[in-house]
Amino acid sequence: MTDKNVATQPNEAARNDAALLPPVDVIEDAGGITLYADLPGVPKDKLVLHVDADTLTIEGEVALDLPQDMEPSHAEVSLPRYRRVFTLSKELDSGKVAAELNQGVLKLRIPKAEHAQPRKIEIKVA
Amino acid sequence: MLYRTQFPRDLFADLDRMQREMQQAFDLSPTIRGLSRGFPAMNVGGTPKSVEIYAFAPGIDPASLEVQIEKGILTVAGERKLDEIPEKASVHIDERFAGRFRRVVTLPDDVNADAVEAHYRNGVLHISIARKETAQPRRIAVQ
Repeated sequence: MTDKNVATQPNEAARNDAALLPPVDVIEDAGGITLYADLPGVPKDKLVLHVDADTLTIEGEVALDLPQDMEPSHAEVSLPRYRRVFTLSKELDSGKVAAELNQGVLKLRIPKAEHAQPRKIEIKVA
Repeated sequence: MLYRTQFPRDLFADLDRMQREMQQAFDLSPTIRGLSRGFPAMNVGGTPKSVEIYAFAPGIDPASLEVQIEKGILTVAGERKLDEIPEKASVHIDERFAGRFRRVVTLPDDVNADAVEAHYRNGVLHISIARKETAQPRRIAVQ
Protein backbone atom coordinates (compact mmCIF):
# COMPACT_ATOMS: atom_id res chain seq x y z
CA MET A 1 0.00 0.00 0.00
CA THR A 2 1.66 3.22 -1.08
CA ASP A 3 0.78 6.85 -0.82
CA LYS A 4 0.05 8.61 -4.07
CA ASN A 5 0.72 12.28 -4.42
CA VAL A 6 -2.40 13.81 -5.88
CA ALA A 7 -0.62 17.01 -6.78
CA THR A 8 1.66 15.27 -9.29
CA GLN A 9 -1.28 14.02 -11.32
CA PRO A 10 -2.00 16.03 -14.45
CA ASN A 11 -5.45 16.64 -13.06
CA GLU A 12 -6.04 20.40 -12.77
CA ALA A 13 -9.08 19.83 -10.63
CA ALA A 14 -6.82 18.77 -7.76
CA ARG A 15 -5.55 22.32 -7.49
CA ASN A 16 -8.93 24.01 -7.47
CA ASP A 17 -10.24 21.43 -5.10
CA ALA A 18 -7.59 21.76 -2.40
CA ALA A 19 -8.01 19.34 0.48
CA LEU A 20 -6.34 18.45 3.76
CA LEU A 21 -4.34 15.26 4.06
CA PRO A 22 -5.75 13.24 6.95
CA PRO A 23 -3.28 11.37 9.18
CA VAL A 24 -3.54 7.58 8.88
CA ASP A 25 -2.28 4.40 10.50
CA VAL A 26 -1.78 1.35 8.32
CA ILE A 27 -1.31 -2.02 9.98
CA GLU A 28 -0.79 -5.28 8.17
CA ASP A 29 -1.38 -8.71 9.59
CA ALA A 30 -1.50 -12.16 8.02
CA GLY A 31 -5.11 -11.73 6.87
CA GLY A 32 -4.97 -8.28 5.38
CA ILE A 33 -4.53 -4.58 5.99
CA THR A 34 -6.29 -2.32 8.48
CA LEU A 35 -6.31 1.39 7.78
CA TYR A 36 -7.39 4.07 10.25
CA ALA A 37 -7.89 7.65 9.11
CA ASP A 38 -8.69 10.69 11.23
CA LEU A 39 -11.54 12.60 9.57
CA PRO A 40 -12.95 14.80 12.33
CA GLY A 41 -16.15 16.61 11.38
CA VAL A 42 -17.09 14.26 8.55
CA PRO A 43 -20.55 12.71 8.90
CA LYS A 44 -21.28 9.32 7.37
CA ASP A 45 -23.16 10.72 4.37
CA LYS A 46 -20.30 13.08 3.43
CA LEU A 47 -17.67 10.34 3.27
CA VAL A 48 -16.80 8.91 -0.14
CA LEU A 49 -14.69 5.79 -0.51
CA HIS A 50 -13.70 4.86 -4.00
CA VAL A 51 -11.84 1.78 -5.18
CA ASP A 52 -10.84 1.84 -8.83
CA ALA A 53 -8.61 -1.05 -9.94
CA ASP A 54 -5.66 -0.62 -7.58
CA THR A 55 -6.43 2.89 -6.35
CA LEU A 56 -8.20 3.65 -3.09
CA THR A 57 -9.48 7.18 -2.61
CA ILE A 58 -10.75 8.50 0.71
CA GLU A 59 -12.62 11.77 0.49
CA GLY A 60 -14.68 13.54 3.13
CA GLU A 61 -16.45 16.86 3.56
CA VAL A 62 -16.44 18.56 6.95
CA ALA A 63 -19.89 19.53 8.19
CA LEU A 64 -19.90 21.64 11.34
CA ASP A 65 -22.89 23.40 12.85
CA LEU A 66 -21.58 26.92 12.51
CA PRO A 67 -23.79 29.78 13.68
CA GLN A 68 -24.90 31.92 10.73
CA ASP A 69 -23.20 35.12 11.82
CA MET A 70 -19.95 33.59 13.05
CA GLU A 71 -16.69 35.22 12.08
CA PRO A 72 -13.67 32.91 12.27
CA SER A 73 -10.73 34.32 14.22
CA HIS A 74 -8.31 31.39 14.31
CA ALA A 75 -8.38 28.34 12.06
CA GLU A 76 -6.08 25.34 12.10
CA VAL A 77 -8.42 23.20 10.04
CA SER A 78 -8.64 25.70 7.23
CA LEU A 79 -10.28 23.69 4.48
CA PRO A 80 -13.59 21.83 4.74
CA ARG A 81 -12.35 18.76 2.88
CA TYR A 82 -10.02 15.79 3.36
CA ARG A 83 -8.59 13.64 0.62
CA ARG A 84 -6.01 10.89 0.45
CA VAL A 85 -5.21 8.41 -2.30
CA PHE A 86 -3.47 5.06 -1.88
CA THR A 87 -2.28 2.45 -4.31
CA LEU A 88 -3.25 -1.05 -3.28
CA SER A 89 -0.92 -3.91 -3.91
CA LYS A 90 -2.13 -6.85 -5.99
CA GLU A 91 -2.58 -9.38 -3.22
CA LEU A 92 -5.29 -7.26 -1.60
CA ASP A 93 -8.88 -8.08 -2.40
CA SER A 94 -10.33 -4.65 -3.16
CA GLY A 95 -13.77 -6.17 -3.64
CA LYS A 96 -14.05 -7.04 0.03
CA VAL A 97 -13.28 -3.74 1.70
CA ALA A 98 -15.18 -3.21 4.94
CA ALA A 99 -15.54 0.33 6.29
CA GLU A 100 -16.64 1.75 9.61
CA LEU A 101 -16.90 5.43 10.59
CA ASN A 102 -17.07 6.20 14.26
CA GLN A 103 -16.68 9.67 15.82
CA GLY A 104 -14.52 10.96 12.98
CA VAL A 105 -12.33 7.86 12.72
CA LEU A 106 -12.56 5.74 9.61
CA LYS A 107 -11.55 2.11 9.94
CA LEU A 108 -11.00 0.19 6.72
CA ARG A 109 -10.28 -3.50 6.52
CA ILE A 110 -8.91 -4.82 3.25
CA PRO A 111 -8.42 -8.59 3.30
CA LYS A 112 -5.79 -10.35 1.28
CA ALA A 113 -6.98 -12.42 -1.65
CA GLU A 114 -7.36 -16.05 -0.87
CA HIS A 115 -4.32 -17.14 -2.85
CA ALA A 116 -2.20 -14.64 -0.93
CA GLN A 117 -3.28 -15.86 2.50
CA PRO A 118 -0.52 -17.60 4.39
CA ARG A 119 -0.97 -21.34 4.47
CA LYS A 120 0.46 -23.76 6.85
CA ILE A 121 1.92 -26.73 5.12
CA GLU A 122 1.65 -29.88 7.02
CA ILE A 123 4.61 -32.08 7.09
CA LYS A 124 3.87 -35.71 6.81
CA VAL A 125 6.12 -38.06 8.54
CA ALA A 126 6.68 -41.17 6.59
CA MET B 1 6.73 29.21 8.81
CA LEU B 2 5.13 29.68 12.17
CA TYR B 3 3.77 26.24 12.74
CA ARG B 4 3.21 22.87 11.22
CA THR B 5 -0.31 21.78 10.50
CA GLN B 6 -1.73 18.52 11.68
CA PHE B 7 -3.44 17.96 8.38
CA PRO B 8 -1.02 18.82 5.59
CA ARG B 9 -2.48 19.26 2.16
CA ASP B 10 -1.28 18.99 -1.39
CA LEU B 11 1.51 21.05 -2.93
CA PHE B 12 -0.41 23.89 -4.53
CA ALA B 13 -2.53 24.41 -1.48
CA ASP B 14 0.67 24.46 0.55
CA LEU B 15 2.09 27.24 -1.58
CA ASP B 16 -1.11 29.23 -1.07
CA ARG B 17 -0.88 28.64 2.64
CA MET B 18 2.76 29.74 2.81
CA GLN B 19 1.81 32.96 1.13
CA ARG B 20 -1.05 33.46 3.58
CA GLU B 21 1.14 32.69 6.57
CA MET B 22 3.75 35.17 5.41
CA GLN B 23 0.98 37.70 5.33
CA GLN B 24 -0.25 36.69 8.76
CA ALA B 25 3.24 36.89 10.24
CA PHE B 26 3.03 40.67 9.87
CA ASP B 27 -0.25 40.82 11.72
CA LEU B 28 -0.25 40.38 15.46
CA SER B 29 -1.17 36.98 16.77
CA PRO B 30 -4.52 36.99 18.60
CA THR B 31 -3.10 35.39 21.72
CA ILE B 32 0.24 34.43 23.16
CA ARG B 33 -0.98 30.85 23.45
CA GLY B 34 -2.27 30.65 19.90
CA LEU B 35 1.11 29.99 18.35
CA SER B 36 1.72 26.39 19.23
CA ARG B 37 -0.18 23.77 17.37
CA GLY B 38 -0.92 20.35 18.66
CA PHE B 39 -3.67 17.86 19.20
CA PRO B 40 -6.52 18.54 18.91
CA ALA B 41 -6.44 21.08 16.11
CA MET B 42 -8.69 24.02 16.98
CA ASN B 43 -10.78 26.55 15.15
CA VAL B 44 -12.12 29.58 17.00
CA GLY B 45 -14.74 32.05 15.93
CA GLY B 46 -17.14 34.53 17.40
CA THR B 47 -20.60 35.93 16.97
CA PRO B 48 -21.92 39.07 18.70
CA LYS B 49 -23.55 36.79 21.27
CA SER B 50 -21.05 33.97 21.74
CA VAL B 51 -17.58 32.57 21.30
CA GLU B 52 -17.43 29.30 19.37
CA ILE B 53 -14.56 26.83 19.73
CA TYR B 54 -14.17 23.67 17.66
CA ALA B 55 -11.64 21.06 18.74
CA PHE B 56 -10.95 18.36 16.15
CA ALA B 57 -10.45 15.34 18.37
CA PRO B 58 -11.67 12.22 16.56
CA GLY B 59 -12.18 8.85 18.19
CA ILE B 60 -12.30 9.89 21.83
CA ASP B 61 -14.61 8.64 24.53
CA PRO B 62 -16.56 11.82 25.44
CA ALA B 63 -16.45 10.77 29.10
CA SER B 64 -12.67 11.13 29.10
CA LEU B 65 -12.78 14.70 27.79
CA GLU B 66 -12.15 17.40 30.37
CA VAL B 67 -13.31 20.89 29.54
CA GLN B 68 -12.59 23.55 32.11
CA ILE B 69 -12.82 27.33 32.30
CA GLU B 70 -10.81 29.10 34.94
CA LYS B 71 -10.01 32.81 35.10
CA GLY B 72 -10.81 33.33 31.45
CA ILE B 73 -8.76 30.39 30.27
CA LEU B 74 -10.36 27.40 28.60
CA THR B 75 -8.60 24.06 28.91
CA VAL B 76 -9.42 20.99 26.84
CA ALA B 77 -7.67 17.86 28.05
CA GLY B 78 -8.06 14.13 27.70
CA GLU B 79 -6.51 10.98 26.48
CA ARG B 80 -6.72 9.30 23.14
CA LYS B 81 -6.32 5.56 23.09
CA LEU B 82 -5.92 3.83 19.76
CA ASP B 83 -6.90 0.26 18.97
CA GLU B 84 -4.28 -2.19 20.07
CA ILE B 85 -2.00 -3.54 17.41
CA PRO B 86 -2.37 -7.30 17.21
CA GLU B 87 0.66 -9.46 17.67
CA LYS B 88 2.65 -10.39 14.58
CA ALA B 89 1.25 -7.37 12.72
CA SER B 90 3.51 -4.82 11.07
CA VAL B 91 2.86 -1.10 11.13
CA HIS B 92 3.46 0.56 7.77
CA ILE B 93 2.23 4.07 8.50
CA ASP B 94 1.89 5.54 11.98
CA GLU B 95 0.75 9.15 11.84
CA ARG B 96 -2.22 9.41 14.16
CA PHE B 97 -1.88 11.02 17.56
CA ALA B 98 -2.06 8.81 20.65
CA GLY B 99 -1.74 9.59 24.32
CA ARG B 100 -2.64 12.43 26.65
CA PHE B 101 -3.31 15.88 25.31
CA ARG B 102 -4.05 19.33 26.67
CA ARG B 103 -4.76 22.57 24.91
CA VAL B 104 -5.38 25.97 26.39
CA VAL B 105 -7.21 28.94 24.89
CA THR B 106 -7.41 32.45 26.34
CA LEU B 107 -10.98 33.68 26.17
CA PRO B 108 -12.03 37.25 25.56
CA ASP B 109 -12.97 39.29 28.67
CA ASP B 110 -16.66 39.54 27.88
CA VAL B 111 -17.59 35.84 28.08
CA ASN B 112 -19.93 34.43 30.68
CA ALA B 113 -18.18 31.35 32.08
CA ASP B 114 -21.50 30.09 33.47
CA ALA B 115 -23.21 29.84 30.10
CA VAL B 116 -21.18 27.16 28.35
CA GLU B 117 -22.39 24.35 26.17
CA ALA B 118 -20.23 21.52 24.88
CA HIS B 119 -21.17 18.90 22.30
CA TYR B 120 -19.13 16.07 20.82
CA ARG B 121 -20.22 15.05 17.35
CA ASN B 122 -18.42 13.27 14.48
CA GLY B 123 -15.17 13.60 16.39
CA VAL B 124 -15.43 17.37 16.86
CA LEU B 125 -15.86 18.96 20.27
CA HIS B 126 -17.88 22.15 19.87
CA ILE B 127 -17.80 24.53 22.82
CA SER B 128 -20.10 27.52 22.74
CA ILE B 129 -19.65 30.21 25.38
CA ALA B 130 -22.15 33.05 25.62
CA ARG B 131 -20.98 36.63 25.95
CA LYS B 132 -22.17 38.73 28.88
CA GLU B 133 -25.42 40.58 28.30
CA THR B 134 -23.83 43.91 29.17
CA ALA B 135 -21.12 43.41 26.56
CA GLN B 136 -23.57 42.99 23.72
CA PRO B 137 -24.07 45.97 21.49
CA ARG B 138 -27.22 47.92 22.29
CA ARG B 139 -29.01 50.41 20.21
CA ILE B 140 -29.77 53.60 22.05
CA ALA B 141 -32.81 55.46 20.97
CA VAL B 142 -32.25 59.15 20.33
CA GLN B 143 -35.06 61.23 21.75
